[in-house]
Amino acid sequence: MMRRAVLILSAALMAPGVWAAGGHAVPYDFSPDLGNEASLQRGASLFMNYCSGCHSLQYLRYQRMTDDLGIPEEMVQENLIFSDVPNHERIHTGLSAKSSTWFGKAPPDLTLVARSRGADWLYSFLRTYYIDDSRPTGVNNVVFSNTAMPHVLAPLQGYQAEPAHDDGSGGHGGAPEFELVQAGSMSEDQYERAVADITNFLVYAGEPAKMVRYGMGVKVILFLAVFTLLAWLLKREFWRDVH
Amino acid sequence: MSLMTWIDERFPASQLWREHISEYYAPKNFNFWYYFGSLAMLVLVNQLLTGIWLTMFYTPSAAEAFASVEYIMRDVEWGWLIRYMHSTGASFFFIVVYLHMMRALLYGSYQKPRELIWIFGCLIFLVLMAEAFMGYVLPWGNMSYWGAQVIISLFGAIPVIGDTLVTWVKGDFVLGDATLNRFFALHVVALPIVLLGLVVAHIMALHHVGSNNPDGVDIKKNKDERGIPKDGIPFHPYYTVKDLFGVGVFLMLFAGVIFFVPTFGGLFLEPPNFTPADPLATPDHIAPVWYFTPFYSILRAITFDMLWVPAKLWGVILMFGAVAILFFLPWLDRSPVKSIRYKGLLFKVILAVFVASFLLLGYLGTQPPGGWRGPAALIGTILYFAFFLLMPIYSRLDKTKPVPKRVTQ
Repeated sequence: MMRRAVLILSAALMAPGVWAAGGHAVPYDFSPDLGNEASLQRGASLFMNYCSGCHSLQYLRYQRMTDDLGIPEEMVQENLIFSDVPNHERIHTGLSAKSSTWFGKAPPDLTLVARSRGADWLYSFLRTYYIDDSRPTGVNNVVFSNTAMPHVLAPLQGYQAEPAHDDGSGGHGGAPEFELVQAGSMSEDQYERAVADITNFLVYAGEPAKMVRYGMGVKVILFLAVFTLLAWLLKREFWRDVH
Repeated sequence: MSLMTWIDERFPASQLWREHISEYYAPKNFNFWYYFGSLAMLVLVNQLLTGIWLTMFYTPSAAEAFASVEYIMRDVEWGWLIRYMHSTGASFFFIVVYLHMMRALLYGSYQKPRELIWIFGCLIFLVLMAEAFMGYVLPWGNMSYWGAQVIISLFGAIPVIGDTLVTWVKGDFVLGDATLNRFFALHVVALPIVLLGLVVAHIMALHHVGSNNPDGVDIKKNKDERGIPKDGIPFHPYYTVKDLFGVGVFLMLFAGVIFFVPTFGGLFLEPPNFTPADPLATPDHIAPVWYFTPFYSILRAITFDMLWVPAKLWGVILMFGAVAILFFLPWLDRSPVKSIRYKGLLFKVILAVFVASFLLLGYLGTQPPGGWRGPAALIGTILYFAFFLLMPIYSRLDKTKPVPKRVTQ
């Protein structure tokens, strides 16, 4: 009876993903890999070149990024910091406060976007822009319909036609079929990798501690395993005389 | 004269140690369920210590709170660890407390003469809920904001004084800086003091009457010539070493979550709370953290006006009623035996249904309402209350077995 109760209770508590992302369908899955330093570096570079014009990373400092991603300091100073700020500053954008009048909405800070939207969402968002002449930007997006953001990565990806409307059930697995109508500088595979790199970088930016906590967790749990074993032996020794 | 004698002449240090630790005789047959009392204490200490450190870096202001939490997560040395220990600790506190309460239901630990232990425990649970709710508001994420908005608006359902009360609780006409600051004061100072006082009362009452056990046998009825219960063993060293083992297992699970899944798939830290509070952007679906979801389901269960009382007020009455009814448990239970081991099939089935309905309500509370979930929440709510309200009847009808004189192994 009680064992069953414990089982049921723990099963209920261990059921993650009860929180469906809610809202729009996310067609692609993406598993971030923060161990891939080269990907993170490429992602940082892409972000600084294509995103940071409008989007800040206000909780991340250049210095922290430099250290965590193993990028030489001079390289960051010369190639990745486009404003005249010292390395220890937070990553702000050069965009003026008036920007909201251009886009209808100020471009949001992206430090935590990977935590609030999720990596799948980001990865899918950057891959599912399509041509839509009814929009002021000329493009629309599958996961974020009527987004105010123009297709900034179009020089890389090119432009895709609007995917055929299927049953609209969406969800993982039912990825829309896109047709490239105007080529960009990258092949499809290269673009997918670029989007993966940016997503990876934003997952890092959302939680720099993620770089260290897994490794540390293994050590802590190994220590606790030894501690628990000793405690168990101690308990067994003391309890010998309890009948 | 030794230092200890000097102290004992002025403060009952040795006496306290003997009464509560080295000569507190606990039944020797404690099982798995008896780990959760000491574990609750461990989590409380964890929350107090990590909370103190968080307070050193957190800024209680609507303009700066969110950024200060990110500052802790990034710029403060070990800040991320302290923050995750605190946020994970909140969820583990409820896991441990729910299991601790389940133990009381299984073995009748609330029955005479332990009614006050149970009542102090219920008060601890109530304060813990307030503490957790206010703590959740402090990071000032969007779910903090809208969760607080929903819960505070409940007071508005109270007739006549409702609206005034809501403004009084908020400290402003809108949820904002004043609310955040008073929640900070309550979360960090007032409620922890109350909580500590209640924990002391809970333990003093326990040590006054002695611990129950899985057999529900009163070990004080069988004492040896020195007046020591034959089935009792001193808390120290027997249960201190046993609990130490429990602590080890618990900490491994705790560390597993802290280091590998601190958000626990959005259950412990919800994704919308990584967006700063925005009064203009309501999250797609407002849901409290998992430990409140059974009560949240009860709040939403009634969707129609009934007996001249509007649906919203029913929800509020039932939600608070669901906690209030716990206090009456010792007097609702008319069973002649304490432990489930000697109760009949009837009680076992009803308890299983109650646990199932509580878990169902918990699940439903994480989901948006609608479809089959509406009626399911209503049924869950009815079953939840039936467990308590029908107890005076079924606990008397239940066919119990004879209780042994001594504890079994």
